[in-house]
Amino acid sequence: MPFDLSFIWAGLIAFAVLTYVILDGFDLGIGILFPFAASDSQRDQMMNSVAPVWDGNETWLILGGGGLFAVFPLAYAVVMPALYMPIILMLLALIFRGVSFEYRWRSTHKPLWDAAFFGGSAVAAICQGIALGALVQGIEIENRAYVGGWFDWLTPFSLTTGAALAVGYALLGATWLIAKTEGSLQARMRRYAFGLGIATLVLIGAVSLWTPFQDAVYFERWFSFPGSLWTMLVPAVMLLLTLSFFSGLRNHHDFQPFLSALGMFVASFIGIGISFYPMMVPPALTIEEAAAPDSSLAFTLVGAAVLVPLILAYTAYAYWVFRGKVNPDEGYH
Amino acid sequence: MLASVTAELLARIQFAFTISFHIIFPAFSIGLASYLAVLNALWLRTGERTYLTLFDYWKKIFAVAFGMGVVSGIVMSYQFGTNWAVFSDRTGPILGPLMAYEVLSAFFLEAGFLGIMLFGRERVGDGLHMFATAMVAVGTLGSAFWILSVNSWMQTPVGYAIAENGQFVPEDWWAIVFNPSFPYRLVHMVLAAYLTTAFVVGGVGALHLLRDRTAQEARRMFSMAMWMAVLVTPLQILAGDFHGLNTLEHQPVKVMAMEGHFESHPDGAPLILFGIPNAAEQRVDYALEIPKLSSLILKHDLNAPLNGLDTVPPEDHPPVGIVFWSFRIMVGLGFAMLGVGGWSLLQRLRGRLYEDGALHRVAVAMAPAGFVAVLAGWITTEVGRQPWTVQGLLRTAHSLSPIDTPAVAVSLIAFVVVYFLIFGAGTVYILRMMNRPAATPGTELREGPLRSAGHAPAAHPGDSPAE
Repeated sequence: MPFDLSFIWAGLIAFAVLTYVILDGFDLGIGILFPFAASDSQRDQMMNSVAPVWDGNETWLILGGGGLFAVFPLAYAVVMPALYMPIILMLLALIFRGVSFEYRWRSTHKPLWDAAFFGGSAVAAICQGIALGALVQGIEIENRAYVGGWFDWLTPFSLTTGAALAVGYALLGATWLIAKTEGSLQARMRRYAFGLGIATLVLIGAVSLWTPFQDAVYFERWFSFPGSLWTMLVPAVMLLLTLSFFSGLRNHHDFQPFLSALGMFVASFIGIGISFYPMMVPPALTIEEAAAPDSSLAFTLVGAAVLVPLILAYTAYAYWVFRGKVNPDEGYH
Repeated sequence: MLASVTAELLARIQFAFTISFHIIFPAFSIGLASYLAVLNALWLRTGERTYLTLFDYWKKIFAVAFGMGVVSGIVMSYQFGTNWAVFSDRTGPILGPLMAYEVLSAFFLEAGFLGIMLFGRERVGDGLHMFATAMVAVGTLGSAFWILSVNSWMQTPVGYAIAENGQFVPEDWWAIVFNPSFPYRLVHMVLAAYLTTAFVVGGVGALHLLRDRTAQEARRMFSMAMWMAVLVTPLQILAGDFHGLNTLEHQPVKVMAMEGHFESHPDGAPLILFGIPNAAEQRVDYALEIPKLSSLILKHDLNAPLNGLDTVPPEDHPPVGIVFWSFRIMVGLGFAMLGVGGWSLLQRLRGRLYEDGALHRVAVAMAPAGFVAVLAGWITTEVGRQPWTVQGLLRTAHSLSPIDTPAVAVSLIAFVVVYFLIFGAGTVYILRMMNRPAATPGTELREGPLRSAGHAPAAHPGDSPAE
């Protein structure tokens, strides 16, 4: 099997998407949890815990879209029309939540932008989950174009993945706040994290059991011997993460619940990767077919090889600068 | 009537609408990011508090404008795929990598250091804070570099081959990035962003001067802005002229539309100052023209022949009326800016820069001039290249996604409603912040060393009771 540029790029795009999910996940999750805070000052703390970094988090989504356009233009050109409604809805929702970070402090109607922050975050999360589910179901392509209808994405399966992602993001948000806050807000988030953890695991389980029945190829991949010896590692890791999550929560660790929840996302993502490979867009568009010519892949790879490590370094630095518990009185507003 | 509403038309309206809204924010934030870097550097170098006060004042306005730019920009990066899938598939191998470079080298830089610039001065110290502020400015300029390269390649495509599957594939990246119209467009747009910001800053300064001529912060920002108007406007007019000559060389049809030249002029073309382009009759009605001046401007020769739209097949004509008018609006505003700059220089030399109420009133009125000029300029260049998305190679009509008219219609309505709501509110908040003088205690850095002793650390001092 050729391990060429297109496969390197498939890995890099997967990395960008995973980074997005991990970073923007907790920050969308905080929006989803917004109405469940006890007070306005708790909401201030929640928002301030991500205010310096949300912009950078969301940039990974642009890299996901822009990167796909650059290196898998055909995939970009068929996936976007197929997921027209959820994508547009997600973009509009992200507008609402993105501007709330600033508008909230500028408006005489703070509750209005609190609601926009919650609604935007929740709808964006659900739409991303729906888009994922629709992609797993497969997209109908003929002659380099999407040939399905504009409601094909709407199925019980995609709605379930939508709910799963939103609940999972809320879990990430709650565990992030456990790490970043103290006192009554932290205690409240510990309570929420327990319930959200159970709900997330149940939904991950449901989607995992349902996925192999979306496509015979997936079923084969997961349940045929001897490959299943490897694929079964994923649920095993998931089990360990579950134990770590609940013990971290019980023992009042600051970071263990958050890191365990992130681990669950990574494991689930690898699970999806196992199902997809070597398809870029199931059921029939492979990574190689979707890839741009090698000259495009190579040109972009040079930049990525230099810039992605730099980006990771200064992103890490920004997180380091704003490390520690959120000071309830801090902020420039 | 309704039968003529096609998915293509709606998708074009949607693109025009979303990109027009979007460009307003970068046009402002490119200039403002550089201005903030200058203010912060001056504060660190001179230790003069006025600069710090101004930095903190414009920083908050920047944060709101930048946020709006980010969220309206994400829409753009997905809209190519949702509405223009064929275009995406064909041009992806060339334009995609350029956009990927934009994200990797510019967007991350801006977003990564924005938090430190806004919230981090106390945490990282002055030196690193200055570095972060400079990185935000570099990021905004880098973003302009790449996205203008993308746009310019669509106008003047070079360095490509066409593959069997219909895709444009790269042959020479250097030629692609530095395609023939790119250097001109880049200079013209960056100067436009600087001028846009200068007139906003100047307008805000003038507003506060009208209320209090002694206000130190208002005087400083007005003076800085007027220096920009004096120095940059002539450069911009020159850059625009070069850009026009470049367009004449590579996209002559666009220039024909800008000039309203339906007919060819074998011995010297007139400059049509005003008139009403009549596409049906292929002539300009009520034209007020100066003989041979167009040939002089474009060819530097009174008698040089200039071809008109009569040499171009009708199916390749851009909509002349829009291009003709938007071009005149842009040029007119450019000269109005030149006038304000000259007037301010005169008053400065006479020592009356802060005393001339009429100048201040005009400066307030001209505050939005940059935005209008930028929009008019982009309309000129984008409508002027129709009916092509890639000049001469890919028609707009052939670029569309296989999407249903109702889907585009619904999303268009949603975009219109949401944009007016969200960006309308944002504009109100920005105007409100601008309406507040720069020196009020509420806009000072709360943790600043010179905080007045009696200033209670309320949770959000920015929210003054006036709101």
